[in-house]
Amino acid sequence: MNRKTQLPAHLYDIRKRIEAYAREYGLDFFDTVFEVLKFDEINMVAAYGGFPNRYPHWRFGMEYERLSKGYEYGLSKIYEMVINNDPSYAYLLESNMDVDQKLVMAHVFGHVDFFKNNFMFRHTNRKMMDQMANHATRVRRYQDKLGVELVEDFVDRCLSLENLIDYQSPYVKRRADKKTDEEEENPERKVAQGFKSEREYMRGFINPPEFMAAAQKKLDEEAARKKKFPERPERDVLLFLLEHAPLERWEHDVLSILREEAYYFAPQGQTKIMNEGWATYWHSKIMTQKALDASEIIDYADHHSGTLATSPGQLNPYKLGVELWRDIEDRWNKGRFGKEYDECDSFVERKHWDRRAGLGREKIFEVRKHYNDVTFIDEFLTLEFCVEQKLFTFGYNEKHQRWEVMERDFKKVKEKLLHMLTNFGQPVIAVDDGNFENRGELLLAHKHDGVDLKLDYARDTLRHVQSLWRRPVNLVTKVEGRGTLFRFDGKEHSDRRVDL
Amino acid sequence: MSLKIKQDQARFRDIVRGRIKRNLKKYVQKGEMIGKKGKDFITIPVPTIDIPHFRFGERSQGGVGQGDGEPGDPLSQGDGQPGSGQAGQGEGQHVLEVDVSLDELAEILGEELALPRIQPKGKDRIVATRIKYTGVAPSGPESLRHFKRTYKQALRRQIASGTYDRRRPVIVPVREDRRYRTWKQVPLPETNAVVIYMMDVSGSMGDEQKEIVRIESFWIDTWLRKHYKGLETRYIIHDAVAREVDRETFFHTRESGGTMISSAYKLALEIIEADYGPANWNVYPFHFSDGDNWSADDTRLCVDLLKEKILPAVNLFAYGQVESPYGSGQFIKDLKEAIGARENVALSEIADKDGIYASIKTFLGSGK
Repeated sequence: MNRKTQLPAHLYDIRKRIEAYAREYGLDFFDTVFEVLKFDEINMVAAYGGFPNRYPHWRFGMEYERLSKGYEYGLSKIYEMVINNDPSYAYLLESNMDVDQKLVMAHVFGHVDFFKNNFMFRHTNRKMMDQMANHATRVRRYQDKLGVELVEDFVDRCLSLENLIDYQSPYVKRRADKKTDEEEENPERKVAQGFKSEREYMRGFINPPEFMAAAQKKLDEEAARKKKFPERPERDVLLFLLEHAPLERWEHDVLSILREEAYYFAPQGQTKIMNEGWATYWHSKIMTQKALDASEIIDYADHHSGTLATSPGQLNPYKLGVELWRDIEDRWNKGRFGKEYDECDSFVERKHWDRRAGLGREKIFEVRKHYNDVTFIDEFLTLEFCVEQKLFTFGYNEKHQRWEVMERDFKKVKEKLLHMLTNFGQPVIAVDDGNFENRGELLLAHKHDGVDLKLDYARDTLRHVQSLWRRPVNLVTKVEGRGTLFRFDGKEHSDRRVDL
Repeated sequence: MSLKIKQDQARFRDIVRGRIKRNLKKYVQKGEMIGKKGKDFITIPVPTIDIPHFRFGERSQGGVGQGDGEPGDPLSQGDGQPGSGQAGQGEGQHVLEVDVSLDELAEILGEELALPRIQPKGKDRIVATRIKYTGVAPSGPESLRHFKRTYKQALRRQIASGTYDRRRPVIVPVREDRRYRTWKQVPLPETNAVVIYMMDVSGSMGDEQKEIVRIESFWIDTWLRKHYKGLETRYIIHDAVAREVDRETFFHTRESGGTMISSAYKLALEIIEADYGPANWNVYPFHFSDGDNWSADDTRLCVDLLKEKILPAVNLFAYGQVESPYGSGQFIKDLKEAIGARENVALSEIADKDGIYASIKTFLGSGK
C-alpha cells in the first residue's frame, strides 16, 4: 500500500495509548501496522481475505460485490480487518469515529496476541503477506502464458476440492519416514521360477538370465501394485493428488498454491469462537477500564452491543466466545473447578461457591495458548453456562415446513455444537485407494456419521476430482442408511449399492 | 485510483449474466441480503455462485442457537437459514446491520431487477407549469443578466478591437455585450395513480400463497410509490362474490367455497368508473389467484370484461398465478390465449417464494 495509508497524527497518538494499555494487561503481540483505508479499499482487502494482493479470480469479485452492496445500501459495513502475519497488518475504516478506531485497535491487539500465542497458529507462515503476493504473481504469469479461461477453470475445480485437506496434519505426524531398506518394506518377495526344466544343463538355455530378470521385475511390480495404495486412508486429498495425479507442471503449482492457502486460513476457522471472544474480551476491558472518554460511552455501548447481538438461528461467535472467557475467568477466580467442586451436587452451595482462588487471569492466558474451538467448548462449556446463555439446538421440521427449536438439553446442545465445529462441520472424506479394483481408479470414502451428503453437489465435486485424476473416480458413502458407490468415469455418472 | 479487484468483479458479473463460463451458471444462486424495515425483514437479491463441495445435505443438519423459546417453537422469520457458524474464512470481519428507508429500498429493487422507469400516461394534461432556464439572449431584465457570458463577450470585443491591455486587464462591458438568461414554460404533468389489488381467497389459497402475495404487493407498492406521489391503493377479495376490504382484512381473510373471478373484475371496474376516470388516473389492477375458476363461462365473462372495459382504462393489468397445494389452474392459459399479446397485460406464474423476483420483473419490467 502507498504512504497515504499511514496513520494520521491523532490516530497515531491513540494507537500509542491503546498499545500501552494492552501491554500493561500482559498481551503479547507482534508489531502491528495500522493502515487507514477508504470504504472501497477496505472492501477489496476484506474480499481478498485480508490481503492487499491475491491472484485474479472471480470469487473475490463476488465477495467484493456483496460487501460493496451492503455498504452502499447501508446494510452493513466492515469495521476492522487484521491478518496473521509478522508484523501484523490491521485496517481501519477512514470514515469511522475516533471511538470506533479505539475499539478496533483494542480488538486488533487481542487478535494479534492470539495469533502469536495460540498453538494452532504455530505452523502458519508469518510472512504470508509476501507469500500471497508471490502466489498472485505466479498465477498471473500462468494466465498470461496459457490464457485466463484455462487457468481460471482449473482454479475453480481446485476450489471445489479446497476443503479436502487434513486439518490436523500440521500438528501430528501422519506418515512414517521413508524407509531406505527396500527389503524391509517388502519382506516376502516372490522369486521368479521360470519354466520347468528337468535337465540341469538346459536351464540356462530355457530360462536365460535376462528373461528371469524381466519376469522377476514383472512379479515385483505386480506385488507393488496390489499392495494397498495409499497405505492408510489419506485425509489430505489435495496432497495425494499433488503426489500421484498426472498433473502438468503449472497445474501442480496452482494446486499447491491453493492447498497452502487453505492450510494458512484453516486455524482461523478452527479458533473462530475463541479468537473473536478473546479480542472482544480485551477491547471491552481496555475500553471500559482505560481508554474511553466520558463523551464516548454511548457510542461505544451502542457498537459493542451491536457486536454481541444474538439472533435465534445463528450462533454469534463474538458473544459465545466472550461469555465463555468471562465464565472461565470467574470460575478460576472463585475456585469453581477441580474434584471438590465437580463432586458437589448441592445447587445452592455451587451457586455461592467462592474460594477466592484469584486464578482467573492466569487461567485465561494459559487457555488461549493450548486450546482450539473444539477443545475449548468441550472442556469449558458447562451446564450452568448452557442454561444461563439460553442455548438450544434447532432443526428443520418437515411436517411444519419450518425451522424449529428442538432441544434445550445440555448434552444434546454440546454434542451438536461439537459436531458443528469438528472438521469445520464438513464431511470427513479420505482417499481410500489410489488403484481401485486394480484399474488405477481413485476411491474416496466418506466417513458417515449420521448425516448424508448433499448428493447433487457430491456428484459435481466428483466430476472435478476426476478431471484432476484423469482416470475414473469413485466415492463410497451412505444414502439413507444404505451403502452407495458413486462413480464418474469422465463421461457419465453412475451409482450402485455396496455393502459397508 | 482504480482497484485491482474491479476486474474480478466484472468477471463475476459476466458469469452471473451468463456471458462467460456457462458451466458455472447453474451454481448461481439468488442469494439474499437481509435488511430491516421497522419490524419487517426485507431481502435484497444478491446473486452468489456456490462452487460445489462435498458437504452435508442442508435440512438434515440444523444447528445451535441462542435465545428464548420452547422446543417446538419456530425460529422467527428472517433467520430461517441454518447458521453453520463457521462460514467465512476471513478473520475478524465485523458486520453491522442498519435500517434502510423505503425510498432506498425501491431504488435497490429497481437497480437489482433492472426495472425501467415508469412512463406515466397523460403527459398532455397540463395541470401546472414550471419555469426552466434554457438559453441566453442579448436582451432581458437586468436581474437575469448572465455575468460570465457578458464578461466573455466584452473580453472578446476588447481583444478584437485591440483595446485589451494585458498589464491592466480591465474589462468594461457596453450595452451590446450584455447577455441575459431566457426561459421557457414547461408543462408539468400531474400524475395520479391507483393500485387495485384483487385476491382470490377461496379455500385453495393457503397461508403460504397469501404470504407470497403479501411480499409481492409490498414490493409493487414500494416501486410504484417511488414514481407516483400520493399513490392510492384499494383492495378487493373474492371467492364466488367479491367485496372491497381494508388492507388488514385483505391479507388475513380466508374463506372457503368456489371461485368466480368475474365478480372481482366487475367490482374493480365499478371502482375505476366511480373514482378513477382514466383521463386523470394511472390505474394498475393486480390480480392474484391460484387459477381455479368456477367455470369456463365465467372465464369467458372475465375475458370479455378485460377486453372491452378494463384494459382500455388501465396502464397495466397484471395477473399473478400462485401455485397452491391443489396445483395450478387453467386461468392463466386462458388469459394468455385471449389477451396475452396485448401490451398492457402482464401475466406471471409464481411457483414459490423464490419466484417472486422474477414475477415482479415481469409485472414492472414493461415500464408501463
